[in-house]
Amino acid sequence: MSDYRKMWQDLGVNLEKHDEFLAPVPSLYGDLFVSQQNRPEGMKYFDFVMSEVHGLRVKELLDMKDDPSKKVVGAFCVFVPEELVLATGGACIGLCGGAQYSVPIGEKVLPRAMCPLIKSSLGFKVGGVCPYFEVADFVVGETTCDGKKKAYEVLNEYHPTYVMELPQKRDQADKELWLKEVYAFKDKMEAEAGKTITAEKLTAAVKLANDRRRVLQRLYDARKVDPVPISGKDAALITQLAFFDDPARFTEKTTALCAELEQRIEKGEGVFPKGAPRILITGTPMPLPSWKMHNIIESSGGVVVCEESCTGTRYFETLVDETPTTLPEQMEALSQRALNINCACYTPNTGRIDDILRMVKEYNVDGVVYYSLQFCHTYGIEYRAAEKALQQAGVPVIRIETDYSDEDSGQLQTRIQAFLEMLK
Amino acid sequence: MITAGVDVGSTAAKAVILKEREILGWAIIPTGWSPRDAGKRVLNQALTMANVDVGGVERIIGTGYGRVALDFLDRAVTEITCHARGANYYYPEHGLVIDIGGQDSKIIKVNNQGKVLNFLMNDKCAAGTGRFLQVTINSLGLELDEVDSLPPAEPATINSMCTVFAESEVISMLASGTPKESIVTGLFHSIAKRIATMAGSMELPGNATFTGGVAQSILLRQMLAQELEANLAVPPNPQLMGALGAALIAQD
Ligand code: SF4
Ligand code: SF4
Repeated sequence: MSDYRKMWQDLGVNLEKHDEFLAPVPSLYGDLFVSQQNRPEGMKYFDFVMSEVHGLRVKELLDMKDDPSKKVVGAFCVFVPEELVLATGGACIGLCGGAQYSVPIGEKVLPRAMCPLIKSSLGFKVGGVCPYFEVADFVVGETTCDGKKKAYEVLNEYHPTYVMELPQKRDQADKELWLKEVYAFKDKMEAEAGKTITAEKLTAAVKLANDRRRVLQRLYDARKVDPVPISGKDAALITQLAFFDDPARFTEKTTALCAELEQRIEKGEGVFPKGAPRILITGTPMPLPSWKMHNIIESSGGVVVCEESCTGTRYFETLVDETPTTLPEQMEALSQRALNINCACYTPNTGRIDDILRMVKEYNVDGVVYYSLQFCHTYGIEYRAAEKALQQAGVPVIRIETDYSDEDSGQLQTRIQAFLEMLK
Repeated sequence: MITAGVDVGSTAAKAVILKEREILGWAIIPTGWSPRDAGKRVLNQALTMANVDVGGVERIIGTGYGRVALDFLDRAVTEITCHARGANYYYPEHGLVIDIGGQDSKIIKVNNQGKVLNFLMNDKCAAGTGRFLQVTINSLGLELDEVDSLPPAEPATINSMCTVFAESEVISMLASGTPKESIVTGLFHSIAKRIATMAGSMELPGNATFTGGVAQSILLRQMLAQELEANLAVPPNPQLMGALGAALIAQD
């Protein structure tokens, strides 16, 4: 990895902090991922991506930027129409915010009483810990929850931040607002890249992004089977890496993995014994490297078969309609996608409850873990509706409110184990 | 068949020896610094009382936070599942178990087989736990078992539920002349309220079993019953319910 030091330094990464942040990752990754029994061969690629997480991909992006019209855009939310970035030949990176390491750094510029996701992502920038941040020409925020909305004002002091205004309802006026915002983002991208986005280029970009969504759906379909051919940890990692990797390569590698998983299914081969309690996690996003919940569940004998989350089904379930051929229709289709995602920042958001109930059936789920980050009000509040609906459907549910620290791991373990014992 | 249940909690280690449904022996000792050691010793004590030798025990189940440290177990089961089963031994018709343990408090919904239907547990903060009571009461120079002999008093208002802050609040109350018994009543009142708030969203059946060491306190029992609007029964040796449950599960 030493050959990247110069690159990091040139990017303005704080080498000392960066070393400190990365030091525990290999052994943690080894314990959590590599040591798993009977892992699919196809995971080797993702192990490689992880081993190079701050290296090769960052270098690729830098090399790409040799062409000044190609921009790297950092994003925090699945609403951001990355197709418009791809259509200019640039790359869109989903920045992380899943590490305890950067939380205290984020707390230097933000109040403590905020969700760890926001604190962690800002901490990455303020501490100079994340090369992806540094390689990004600008980042795109969105007015989703109040915390993010206001945090982007702070972030803008450290890094160029462009904010999209997201509607909070789904009425006609909201649709018009969002369509305008998507157009404004198109203008922004065109100005940054110095080129026009044509219908043709957009068609290709939509296809590229949709292909990645489709392969993730295929991966998740494999998880519907008992015994499950891939651990929840591995599947979640793949989804997390989808936000970083080159989309075409990611799709290709994940396709190969899916083929392997489908062979396993045919042979009835699994990574957990048949009948192991099947868990759906629902709630806030779990960006890299947030593996705490999956690890606790899977080391207690349960298996995570689905994540109803932005680093899960909400990321890929809604495709952009590929049929339109004229630019205005394409822009419509693009803006429509966000409105079909059931994020808790919408009001009302009953669609999410329907999604959860549907997934419980589709994935043959025994119990639901409702995961919300501390101080995340939107998802915290929606627990009530989810609990009610699940109870009515006779599906056991447990609420876990936590952060990225390990302080409560022992306690969470007891609660998850008791929950799994209850499912037997 | 003879089975054993060993429950190593943060403050006390407990063991129960069971023959079918008959309790042959039991023991309670402080956990001290070594959970593994405490587990072994408490098991031996209970075996001595039962007049059974280790070889005669068919299955041993461990529970409590120290369960992972015990190397002589056939299986470990969480304290939630065990408390539910233990409480069911005495009060099979009660649909609710409230356990206030050293580090955590739990509210468990059970069916008449002692199977857990749903449960709630405090998060990482120690508010409303046995530890909270112990620390704050000790700062008054009292022990938990002395509390019931204090004269009845109006509860003083305790604002802080954080163990650290409550302790200093209690000390300054004492300094400003609030009578001890009012402070103690206030502390119990705040715990009872905390548990009731935790139970908030759960539908409460009228009859509940109250377990854990602090369930021995008559004052706390009364306050909790009032806050929860439930009828609370306390089994003999409420501290033993986890170990008893573990031994019962071992019988299955
Ligand atoms: S939870 Fe909402 S705001 Fe957050 S990433 Fe998902 S869609 Fe965006
Ligand atoms: S987890 Fe919740 S509080 Fe945090 S950014 Fe997402 S919606 Fe906002």
